Amino acid sequence: MDGATLVIGLAGVLTAAAPLVVATIGETFAERAGVINLSVNGTILLSAMGSFVVAVSTGSLVLAFIAGALIGALVALIVAFGSITLRQSQVAIGFVLTLFCRDLSYFLGNPFMGEKGPMLSVHPIPLLEDIPVLGTMFFKQDVMTYFSFVLIAGAWWWIFRTRPGLVLRAVGERPEAAFARGARVKLVRYAYTTLGGALVGLAGPMYSLSVKAGWKGTISGLDGLGWIVLAIVIFGAWNPVRVALGAYLFGLLQWLSVVLQPHLQGIPSQVLQVAPFPLMILTLLFVNIGNAEWVERVLAALPERPRKAVARAIRALRVVQPRSLGVPFEQD
Amino acid sequence: MEIRLIDIRKHFGPVKANDGITLTVPAGTIQGILGENGAGKSTLMKILSGYQHADAGRIELDGRPVHMRSPADAIRHGVGMLHQDPLDFPPMRVVDNLLIGAPGRLIPQRREAVSAVAGLAGSLGLSIDLKAEVGSLTVGERQQLELLRLLWLGARVLILDEPTTGISARQRQELFDTLRRLAAQGKTILFVSHKLEEVEELCTRVAVLRQGRLVGEALPPFRVERLVGMMFEREVTPGERFACTPGKTLLRLAGLGAEHGRIRLEGLDLEVKAGETIGLAGMEGSGQSLLLQTCAGLRPVTHGRIYLDGADLTGKTYRQFKKRGVAYVPATRLEEGLIPGLSLADHFLLTENKPGFFINRERGRRTAEERIARFNIKGTPTSPVESLSGGNQQRALLALVEPGSKLMLLEHPTRGLDVESVIYLWSKLKERCGRGEAIIFTSSDLDELLRYSDRILVFFAGRVSEPLDAATTTVDELGELIGGASRSGDPVDAVSAWPGGDGRAPDDAGCHASGAPENGDA
Ligand SMILES: Nc1ncnc2c1ncn2[C@@H]1O[C@H](COP(=O)(O)OP(=O)(O)OP(=O)(O)O)[C@@H](O)[C@H]1O
Ligand SMILES: [Mg+2]
Repeated sequence: MDGATLVIGLAGVLTAAAPLVVATIGETFAERAGVINLSVNGTILLSAMGSFVVAVSTGSLVLAFIAGALIGALVALIVAFGSITLRQSQVAIGFVLTLFCRDLSYFLGNPFMGEKGPMLSVHPIPLLEDIPVLGTMFFKQDVMTYFSFVLIAGAWWWIFRTRPGLVLRAVGERPEAAFARGARVKLVRYAYTTLGGALVGLAGPMYSLSVKAGWKGTISGLDGLGWIVLAIVIFGAWNPVRVALGAYLFGLLQWLSVVLQPHLQGIPSQVLQVAPFPLMILTLLFVNIGNAEWVERVLAALPERPRKAVARAIRALRVVQPRSLGVPFEQD
Repeated sequence: MEIRLIDIRKHFGPVKANDGITLTVPAGTIQGILGENGAGKSTLMKILSGYQHADAGRIELDGRPVHMRSPADAIRHGVGMLHQDPLDFPPMRVVDNLLIGAPGRLIPQRREAVSAVAGLAGSLGLSIDLKAEVGSLTVGERQQLELLRLLWLGARVLILDEPTTGISARQRQELFDTLRRLAAQGKTILFVSHKLEEVEELCTRVAVLRQGRLVGEALPPFRVERLVGMMFEREVTPGERFACTPGKTLLRLAGLGAEHGRIRLEGLDLEVKAGETIGLAGMEGSGQSLLLQTCAGLRPVTHGRIYLDGADLTGKTYRQFKKRGVAYVPATRLEEGLIPGLSLADHFLLTENKPGFFINRERGRRTAEERIARFNIKGTPTSPVESLSGGNQQRALLALVEPGSKLMLLEHPTRGLDVESVIYLWSKLKERCGRGEAIIFTSSDLDELLRYSDRILVFFAGRVSEPLDAATTTVDELGELIGGASRSGDPVDAVSAWPGGDGRAPDDAGCHASGAPENGDA
């Protein structure tokens, strides 16, 4: 493979991973507020189908993406209402919704199977696109991929640098303490769950109108991605930048499994296709190694200097989940 | 600001936590709120701060009726509360903790917040690492942090629910001076405490609650016996000092080293005999908790060795320590000690360690009933632990320590207990010492340290003094050591700087440290 092909390939990885990035950051917002929205898998399918139908019938990409976001927000609102207001199990509601949305998308999408719809087009950014290597990778993309770049930085800034972001983290961490400081816990949870759902909903049209254009029902290849999103959010420690890296890693592994296939004749192609999944799990384990007690004991035996360095590295990698994730808040 | 609470009622099922309390607190008052554990003090304070809703009753501030629907309302009216168990965010950094709930623009001014709070801390003589994570601070430090935050936010009504855990005598003076200054500016302070000397010294009025009712008010000069009489409806007298009858060596630390965060212990030698009680004194966060946690097997040993009953336990896990009879009781009751959501009976079932797969609910209930009676816990076997009052949670925590342990490691064991319960609890603990168990405990209460320990170690930034004989040390001496140590930065020097032969003869009782020269004669 020559350099130019490699750069184009990597640019493709950025495009292909963009929906994952947007969906994982959406889920990150919801989980930061303490709500696990397990419906992601179904939501992506339903919004992919719904927005495809809107795009085919109206011919408007803008309307299609708005429809995708609305579908996602609506599903998330159901999760929010059930878990925040009715105080039912988030897991149960999300799980049922994910199955329901999936089947609904297959059922409603049936008449539109295999139709040709519009597609997002590439909008190179003048001047910037001429930068060698980086230009092709980052500045010859479609609008939604640009959006995914901006979203990573914006979400990180919002969560870690602004006052509302601080309140968001507080609510997911210890709602009763956030409440004591004057935060409106339920409102915050509703807002971010819905926002997160809307972002997850955008991932649908990003697939059906770009990355995996069209609607092919059960063979659209979208089923399962939602679960990967949920895993990546954990792996990414609820931090938009790390979460995005996780999404890109997954995209890269998938791409590699395709390009390496001709070179690895000995390995059955099925193995290569599923390889990204266990590799993700291994990465997850590695990143979380600092949580194991034996590691701490081994560390204690090391001499001072390396111990400090290793401990710092492990601490940086360590994943600490928002403590009230999935726990309903009851205000007296 | 003048506060009027009118006929406040709050019931939890059959429990009348507040049963028609009417109380007026004039502006500029430091109002003490006294009452036994479960009297309803925290409930009343939570209602005033909007954290809980009263079933009935009204609140007036400066003569105007106000509705406290949520803490946000209370904050708007300038009412700030320091909760008995710090309501903060352990995994977050101290700066972020300060900023949560603080008003301001979209992007918080971190640097300004830090310098303002550091200035405040300096003026109070508090030293909190503002760059640390809150979770790495001790409970006392976290309370101090909350206090700083409220002062920084400029609350006009300051509610302090037992704020002086782990505050040294000198810091307490600074804190009290600050509170008096605030009161002089017309701010109103409500001070809930079980430490009668503190109330006596600080407060300009006192109200006593009992079983959800206001049973009396008092103005200075206060008579402690009268206050105690109102609280318990009977007299309470501390018993005699317990004498130590030490047995064989139970715990031996040989050149022990450990570290956590910025605190480091080095080269600690100590021998603890069966039946002995060792008190750990010093400013909060100077390494006392680290020593306890290391002795419990919760933190790795970096140097030296730990022996229990002659067996080398260095590098063993918490489970193995526990199996050999080490019991650890942390100060953060609702985070590490108890499991919110589970009932008292569940807790006893969890800790009883009986063989078998199925749980025996009946037995759990019986154990719970028996322990509830023995430790005088206000609650039923089915009460979820978080519904207990602070002091009753503390009793539950201590009741969980299985009889038959060898070494009890207790962090602030009497935090939040009322006077009567402190005496009762220690009589229970000393009974166990009589059966050959040893205790190492931390406390910031000098009287408690001197009354109940046999020997005392003074901590300063991870450095440890040689053991003092508690029987012959006075409160002033101990206070000076803790304070003096922090001035000279060298507690060992401060100890040996004491004149020898002042009656603190080497204790021939056998309760002394190994390998360390007798400091009194140095
Ligand atoms: N959320 C709750 N659910 C049920 N009962 C409660 C709840 N909160 C408090 N209680 C009960 O109300 C009574 C008063 O509790 P409160 O916390 O006000 O006592 P307190 O005076 O602060 O005691 P302490 O000195 O131990 O802190 C106790 O009997 C307690 O068990
Ligand atoms: Mg209380």
